[in-house]
Amino acid sequence: MKVAVIQFPGSNCDLDVVHVLRNILNIPTDLVWHKFFQNKIYDAVILPGGFSYGDYLRSGAIASHSPAMEEVKKMAEDGKPVLGICNGFQILIEAGLLPGALLPNDCLKFVCKWVILKCETSRTAFTCLIPEGKILYMPVAHKEGRYFNLEEDLKSIWKEQQVVFRYVDENGNPTLEANPNGSIQNIASVCNKEGNVVGLMPHPERASEKILSPYKNSDGLLLFESMINYLKR
Amino acid sequence: MVKNKPIPVKINLTPKEIRMVRKLLGREPTYVEWGMFDIMWSEHCSYKSSKPILKKLPTSSPKVLVGPGYDSGIVDVGDGMAVAFKVESHNHPSAIEPYNGAATGIGGIVRDILATGARPILLIDPLRFGRLETGRTKWLFRYVVKGIGDYGNCIGVPTVAGEVEFDESFETNCLVNVACYGLVRKDKIFLARFDKPGDILVLIGGATGRDGIHGVTFASKTISEESEEDRPAVQIGDPFTKKLLIEAVLEVLETGYVDGVKDLGGGGLTCATSEMAAKGGTGVEIILDNLHVREEGMNPYELMLSESQERMLLAVNPEGLSKVLGILEKYEIPYSIIGKVTDSGKLIVKFKDEIVASIPPKYLAEAPIIKRKAKKPLNLEKLWRIKKPKEPKNFSEILYKLVSTPNIACKEWVYQQYDHEVGVRTILKPGGSDAAVLRIIETGKAIAVKADCNSRHSYLDPFNGGAGALAEASRNVVCVGAEPLAYTDCCNFGNPEKPEVFWQFKRGVEGLAYMSRKLGIPCVGGNVSFYNEDSESKIAVKPSLVVVILGLIENLDWITTMDLKNSGDQIVIVGKTYPELGGSEYYHEIHGLTGGKPPKADGNREKATLQTVMEAIRKGLVTAAHDCSKGGLAIALALMAIKGKLGVKVDLSKIPTSKPIRMDELLFSESHSRIILTTSTKENAKQILKIANKKGAPANLVGKVTDDDNFTLTFDGRKIVECSVTQMERFWKETIPKALEVG
Repeated sequence: MKVAVIQFPGSNCDLDVVHVLRNILNIPTDLVWHKFFQNKIYDAVILPGGFSYGDYLRSGAIASHSPAMEEVKKMAEDGKPVLGICNGFQILIEAGLLPGALLPNDCLKFVCKWVILKCETSRTAFTCLIPEGKILYMPVAHKEGRYFNLEEDLKSIWKEQQVVFRYVDENGNPTLEANPNGSIQNIASVCNKEGNVVGLMPHPERASEKILSPYKNSDGLLLFESMINYLKR
Repeated sequence: MVKNKPIPVKINLTPKEIRMVRKLLGREPTYVEWGMFDIMWSEHCSYKSSKPILKKLPTSSPKVLVGPGYDSGIVDVGDGMAVAFKVESHNHPSAIEPYNGAATGIGGIVRDILATGARPILLIDPLRFGRLETGRTKWLFRYVVKGIGDYGNCIGVPTVAGEVEFDESFETNCLVNVACYGLVRKDKIFLARFDKPGDILVLIGGATGRDGIHGVTFASKTISEESEEDRPAVQIGDPFTKKLLIEAVLEVLETGYVDGVKDLGGGGLTCATSEMAAKGGTGVEIILDNLHVREEGMNPYELMLSESQERMLLAVNPEGLSKVLGILEKYEIPYSIIGKVTDSGKLIVKFKDEIVASIPPKYLAEAPIIKRKAKKPLNLEKLWRIKKPKEPKNFSEILYKLVSTPNIACKEWVYQQYDHEVGVRTILKPGGSDAAVLRIIETGKAIAVKADCNSRHSYLDPFNGGAGALAEASRNVVCVGAEPLAYTDCCNFGNPEKPEVFWQFKRGVEGLAYMSRKLGIPCVGGNVSFYNEDSESKIAVKPSLVVVILGLIENLDWITTMDLKNSGDQIVIVGKTYPELGGSEYYHEIHGLTGGKPPKADGNREKATLQTVMEAIRKGLVTAAHDCSKGGLAIALALMAIKGKLGVKVDLSKIPTSKPIRMDELLFSESHSRIILTTSTKENAKQILKIANKKGAPANLVGKVTDDDNFTLTFDGRKIVECSVTQMERFWKETIPKALEVG
């Protein structure tokens, strides 16, 4: 099993994801410069957070045209796990691999804080070990993370079980206060129809060790463990 | 040699300095050379006024690897790892153009850390603004924070701590200080010097443009109406290029072919080449025609003085040149080969086949020292003697007011805009404890970091202000479980040509030196920013000697936060309370007073308190720790309660005090050397008192944590304060967003 973490110019959570995969989970992981990325060598790929191309134009817009994304698309078509975190999620959306759009936060400011998520589906490559309804704690850190989709498409992604996580309060309710950026229906994460491509705004790699969590848990690790489990199946 | 032109009109050298330059060179300098002396001998680059005073600071300890004199101090943190850290001011640019001023401040400091071979791992931002109510303050505050956030977030270096102080003296001239810490293996440290003749000089990163010319001389004068016209002297930041630069530089340094690296900041190419050659005892020859430029037609004067951002200079072993250039190309970093290191002992600059400058680098690097006059301000004694205000009756009401003053109120609005998690090192995040704690993944240990200064204390008594800043910073890192190792300081003062201002600076540094010696914590670097005043009102900023500290936590189990943890926990206070309301938040906010004698910072008392708390934490006795500073004891307790969402019951008569003392003095006095601890049992409390007794710190058990919403302070059974914790939290949280989000 071998996982790639793609480094775009301006990625800045790349080393954090590599740390979790290599040092916490002992998964063979390559940090790959975007120009050198080839899909065939890898079983899964992660697009890390950051400010690819300085977020010029629109977050993720320029990176989505990198030749690396053609390779990522092939992996997605082959059913291999593809995860986009924060800026990686923005890139997957810009590349058309995930439905919807990510708009500037409703407060118009960068927001870095810990949020509460509820798992909406266990059918994806990154949530297969997370029971539906489970509450997870993770931080967000972004300026353009307000998920948006048209009403019709929202119906469709619910129907197809493409909503993966939502922002909720401690009791699991998707309240206004629990929503850090104004995302429609508190959606924090979506997947493709097949469930092998997942994007999310929160940072699981920052919540993968108890010592980093104000809640003393390692909920983020569940996503990566799910990926391993999915690959082993 | 080119023909001489008249002296540049903009030159800021004094007539005496002009004569010295002519004498040193033994001829009439060229136009370019005048410009080079002008920036290198500016206050900002040369420290010509401050050097003799800064010499008073102790600078060595077994842990100090690199002390003052280089770009950053470097301290041993064990197991083969070291931390490089530095602070800088970006006051003048930020006061004119807050967004880019603050952003480029980070850009500069990050390059300094990078130049030591260290990966930047965290940023700290101590900020000072005028009164929060004014439009100008709101504008500066909003855009400084946004500038820091947009830049720091993009380059992936977390902003983990800081401080924000509001005071009318910072209305025109806000203070924006930025500190960066980096992590480096001890055997991979780079020192900023060129010592190998034959090395190729490669200028990398941003293209050179006309921006920022005279930025340093701009920082060496007072802000005025004309300063608005100085906007072109503020550089524009490009964090995206910076991020690539960080990765590229770290990768080229790994090759082993780079012998010297230096950032281009204040003073641009002139400063970088002359300082590196002067330190290495070598020479440099550069050809300006080779520079990659942003605009056509730049003359040699502009090329040598430009302060365009995101540039670094490498001295590369010719054998490894192609490998180094290959890495730069991978990251698409623009570069140009501009010259070489020589053994000529001269800095030779060529342009269009002519020599436009030829100066021994040490002439530039060693500006003549200016001995400034120092005089105690006449009004100070009068300020100390102000009559004590009448003691108020309703202390609950006052406590509600104090938790909501801008200086004490919650700064979540600020730090939520900073990515403080990136890098997966941040264990204690902003807002939750006295200092930020970041783990060193490589060694299993952690560092604690914080910046502190109380400018009102410093204004009334610079000596105790300077000493107090280090005392407070030390308490803060000790409270989270660390041992303080070293600090760097950022001196923000008015015009040093005024003897009263220079006296403030001198006394401030003397106070800092005193505390430094008493606590055995060395200074490893610093920054001096003078001319922080408004030319209209002639008001200098309150003297602000900011201490930026590094502490080491050997065992992660020692990490301690300030929030109350369990109902039933016992509350212990270490350190004595004195009637020291001078310069307090209480005087300023409740009585509208800036006066009185500010708290004395006593080295022996401070040491006793720090040692007590360090030992108590290491013995596993402490469940929460918080130091007393702005707002005094009452505010310290209130914040512990707010953050823990628990109540307290404290008997004020048990608090160790000097006598006689008034109730307001007991509650709000900002005496140093005090830390509040909680511990789980009475037995543990006794043990803490025993440790305190052994170390010579007055201490007592004063109350307990309760499982309700009541914040109750009594004196011999008499109720003094009865507040609701949730109500206090509401007031504490709403001040800053309320001021900034509306209008």
